[in-house]
Amino acid sequence: MKAGTPGAVPIQGGTDVMVEINFDVHRPAALLDLNQVPELFTWERIDGSYRVGAGVPYVQIIAELGHELPGLAQAARTVGSPQIRNRGTVGGNLGAASPAGDSHPPLLAGDAIIEVASAAGTRMIPAHEFYLGVKKSALRPDELIRAFWMKPADGPQYFSKVGTRNAMVIAVCSFAVALHPSERRVGTGIGSAAPTPRRALEAEAFLAESLDWEARMDPEVLRRFGELVAAAASPIDDVRGTADYRRHALAVMARRTLTWAWNDYRKVRAA
Amino acid sequence: MTTPLRAPREIAAPGNGGVGDSPLRPDGTLKVRGEFAYSSDLWIEGMLWGATLRSPHPRARIVSMDIGLALAMNGVHAVLTHDDVPGRKHYGLDLTWDQPVLAIGEVRHQGEPIALVAADHPEIARRALKAIAIEWEVLEPLTDARRAAFDPTYPQVQERPNPARYQPVRFGDVESVRDRAEVVVTGTYEVGIQDQAFLGPESGLAVPREDGGLDLYVATQWMHNDLKQIGPCLGLTDEQIHMTLSGVGGAFGGREDLSMQIHAGMLALRTGRPIKIVYNREESFFGHVHRHPAEMRYEYGATRDGRILYADVEILLDGGAYTSATLNVVGNAASLGVGPYAIPNVKIDTYGVYTNNPPCGAMRGFGAVQACFAYESMMDKLGAACGIDPVTIRQINAASQGTPLATGQIIWAPLPMAEMLEQARRLPMPAPLDASDIRNLPGGASQTTHGEGVRRGVGYGVGLKNICFSEGYDDYSTARVRLEVIGGVATALVHTAAAEVGQGLVTVEAQIARTELGIEHVVIHPADNGVDSAGSSSASRQTYMTGGAVKTACEAVRQELFARVPGGHTDLSLVGGKIVSESMGVLAAIEDVLGEDAIEETRRFHHHPTTGMDKRTGQGDTHAQLGLCVHRAVVDVDVELGLVKVVELAAVQDVGKIINRLSLEGQIHGGTAQGLGLAVMEEIVVRDGKVRNPSFTDYLIPTILDMPPMRLEILENADPRAPYGLRGAGEPPTLSSTPAVVAAIRDATGLDLTRVPVRPEHLTE
Repeated sequence: MKAGTPGAVPIQGGTDVMVEINFDVHRPAALLDLNQVPELFTWERIDGSYRVGAGVPYVQIIAELGHELPGLAQAARTVGSPQIRNRGTVGGNLGAASPAGDSHPPLLAGDAIIEVASAAGTRMIPAHEFYLGVKKSALRPDELIRAFWMKPADGPQYFSKVGTRNAMVIAVCSFAVALHPSERRVGTGIGSAAPTPRRALEAEAFLAESLDWEARMDPEVLRRFGELVAAAASPIDDVRGTADYRRHALAVMARRTLTWAWNDYRKVRAA
Repeated sequence: MTTPLRAPREIAAPGNGGVGDSPLRPDGTLKVRGEFAYSSDLWIEGMLWGATLRSPHPRARIVSMDIGLALAMNGVHAVLTHDDVPGRKHYGLDLTWDQPVLAIGEVRHQGEPIALVAADHPEIARRALKAIAIEWEVLEPLTDARRAAFDPTYPQVQERPNPARYQPVRFGDVESVRDRAEVVVTGTYEVGIQDQAFLGPESGLAVPREDGGLDLYVATQWMHNDLKQIGPCLGLTDEQIHMTLSGVGGAFGGREDLSMQIHAGMLALRTGRPIKIVYNREESFFGHVHRHPAEMRYEYGATRDGRILYADVEILLDGGAYTSATLNVVGNAASLGVGPYAIPNVKIDTYGVYTNNPPCGAMRGFGAVQACFAYESMMDKLGAACGIDPVTIRQINAASQGTPLATGQIIWAPLPMAEMLEQARRLPMPAPLDASDIRNLPGGASQTTHGEGVRRGVGYGVGLKNICFSEGYDDYSTARVRLEVIGGVATALVHTAAAEVGQGLVTVEAQIARTELGIEHVVIHPADNGVDSAGSSSASRQTYMTGGAVKTACEAVRQELFARVPGGHTDLSLVGGKIVSESMGVLAAIEDVLGEDAIEETRRFHHHPTTGMDKRTGQGDTHAQLGLCVHRAVVDVDVELGLVKVVELAAVQDVGKIINRLSLEGQIHGGTAQGLGLAVMEEIVVRDGKVRNPSFTDYLIPTILDMPPMRLEILENADPRAPYGLRGAGEPPTLSSTPAVVAAIRDATGLDLTRVPVRPEHLTE
């Protein structure tokens, strides 16, 4: 169906698509109602990975996958209001591919893979290759998002988001960190501070090189990590915040989230 | 069908509470359950949908306009421009008549209405708007309020010249004491554009009548003032328009100006069909005026022990392209420019100007809100300069009963400000930060901190607001009360044109009728123009004015009832449905005296008369009543990220007399929340005359996680001039909560913070 009507906009929770239609931002030729596809509403564990259907709402991720995918669950908790979390989905976030989408940073930090399907077959796209531009993704016109795949957290994960209100707020900027102790590696994801969600690759490389996994956190490492995360962003001045503030806030969030994750990691090792 | 579905009907007021009780409101449960009929829910068979074409430019000439394509579309019944306005082509508050019903050859602000469409379906109307072709000559918008006020070479925005109003205030002689000041503090303060952000968008229904007139169902604040503008513009007499207040989803001043009223009327008269217009959220941001942004320069001179010798003040208010309420906003800012402080020498220059920025007008506390942020910031600054704490520096300079305001008006009623400040200071402090739940922390569930960088601060704010209309305006209210026996029970029907905008007025009307007539059953007639004006639901005035009118009408009904009791008693009262003689006890039941008859009385109620402000000195007895609120704010600030969590807001307010505690507390909570919004988040962001955030995605209002629990201390020092001694209560807390929150943030961060709303980047620079 999608192949036959590539202009059709798939709709799941409608928390984004319907808003754009109501405000006359888009008038798609057709809507493709995915709510009739029950497979999209389920998640399963396959070969040690979680395969989460594109239609699983945030509220279910919080309730059922909070332990296994903690970074994503924390991000899900910050999405809109309870009503929005009841309807909104990670699949919708991916479909819109807005740089401000709350799911993206933890998907990036946690090495998620996006499963997309078309009449021609299935493609598996790593999250860091999925976001191509402002609201542009690697999804082709004839493809639909089927699910995302993520390994259960192998270390502490944190998500942090700055907004100018204490709830129900779109990110001024956001940051996710995921420790991968088995690989001696730290994953990152930056939201709302560049044309696309992105990893802070230099910051990740720096930690891979400089982090002593047996020791307490070196304040100098922490400081440099914050700097590199801020440098990885290319934010703009807009109505939600200034570019300077976004860089500053990213550095603070990077230091704080890494500290929390590190403290958790050391506690687990000590126990 | 001639009456629309979901049109207002008579409602029996719930409960049996009189003055001082807290009966529930009739609309409360319905609103919580989503069943209340707002003006956007009206529906009538055969109606068409009206829509409005608005300017994308803040300033431009319309070179040509072609409506042919739109008119030719299937399902389109009318496309109207300024050529089709049947009567006067302009409307405006306060008889200024300076705002075009539809743009005439040019536009002066983004969103200015240009053309109207009536169509079978809103989607067809939307497409027809897109089919209207306009050739524009886009001009550089005039957005510099300072130049508009002071530069005579700055081009004129509209026919009325700048400034719209200049009001000086001269009290004492500032120059004579300038040299004697031992401490001088100065500050320049800015207030951004706040929006009323009411949840019910502008909407209503116009139904043509067979006699050529109109039935109008709209959500407004003052229907008689609407009519004064609608009638002449539509070429109809007042008698030809029957107006009924429909469910109002909040107002806060934003419905004082007309929105869709004349437009729907024009389309209904042209098509002969009922017309419904409902703005969507984005259009609503362009469909009503906002709070005036302000730039304010203050200089205070004082003795070393904190006594203020003089205040030298300049207040600049940007009203946008049309007058709206600017004249009165200037009057309030000028007369209350230094607030409730006894300052012997005062010089205030207040300007309201026209620009091509978004149109501004009435919003809760107008004029006084802007000034309050500045003068309270100055009090903290002066206190710091003198080494005196924020409460004491205010107490040293506090006004009180018998002292003059900057206008020379003597404060005639009790004003125990110093004591109220003491009370606020002595309230127990909230518990220390509990960082175990991130929702308690700045950033909330967004998890920006686990406690790192969080510092606590405490601040105070005091605000003085004029209640009722000022400067010689006789904003009377009218009430009609009919007492009759219905189903064997004495029942009062209360009929006014006063707008219930969510504040709980109809509940108060019923309470007053119960108390004055000694009965339980009260029915509220829909507000309409079948009765004379009640004035506006603004200036915190309706409980005072329409409450006063209901009380007066009830007294007249009571006198008529007593006259029907044989025996010429002079000691009668009404208690529990009985006529009681003080000397002889119960004489009769009301029902027995009334029989089949009804007693109906209509009365007008006026407040104490006021005078204008002298044009050169601003002196005069300009205000009918004053309301005072003191806030203490406690905040936690993440000083690294610039995020704020208001931990507690305590308020001490003098309301003269509590009529309905539940509603009153709601007003104080709501006013405080609106002030908190202005302090930390609410702003219409404008660049080059264009609004950048016309949505609730980016125009943020406080959520339940932003608005903290409140501790309230409510005082009842009667104003001898007011009914029951009451004071209007809705606005004062809106004034004082903003400076209190900002003072607390200053306390936590040590920053100067001269602009609201405070944004994270202001706290981290």
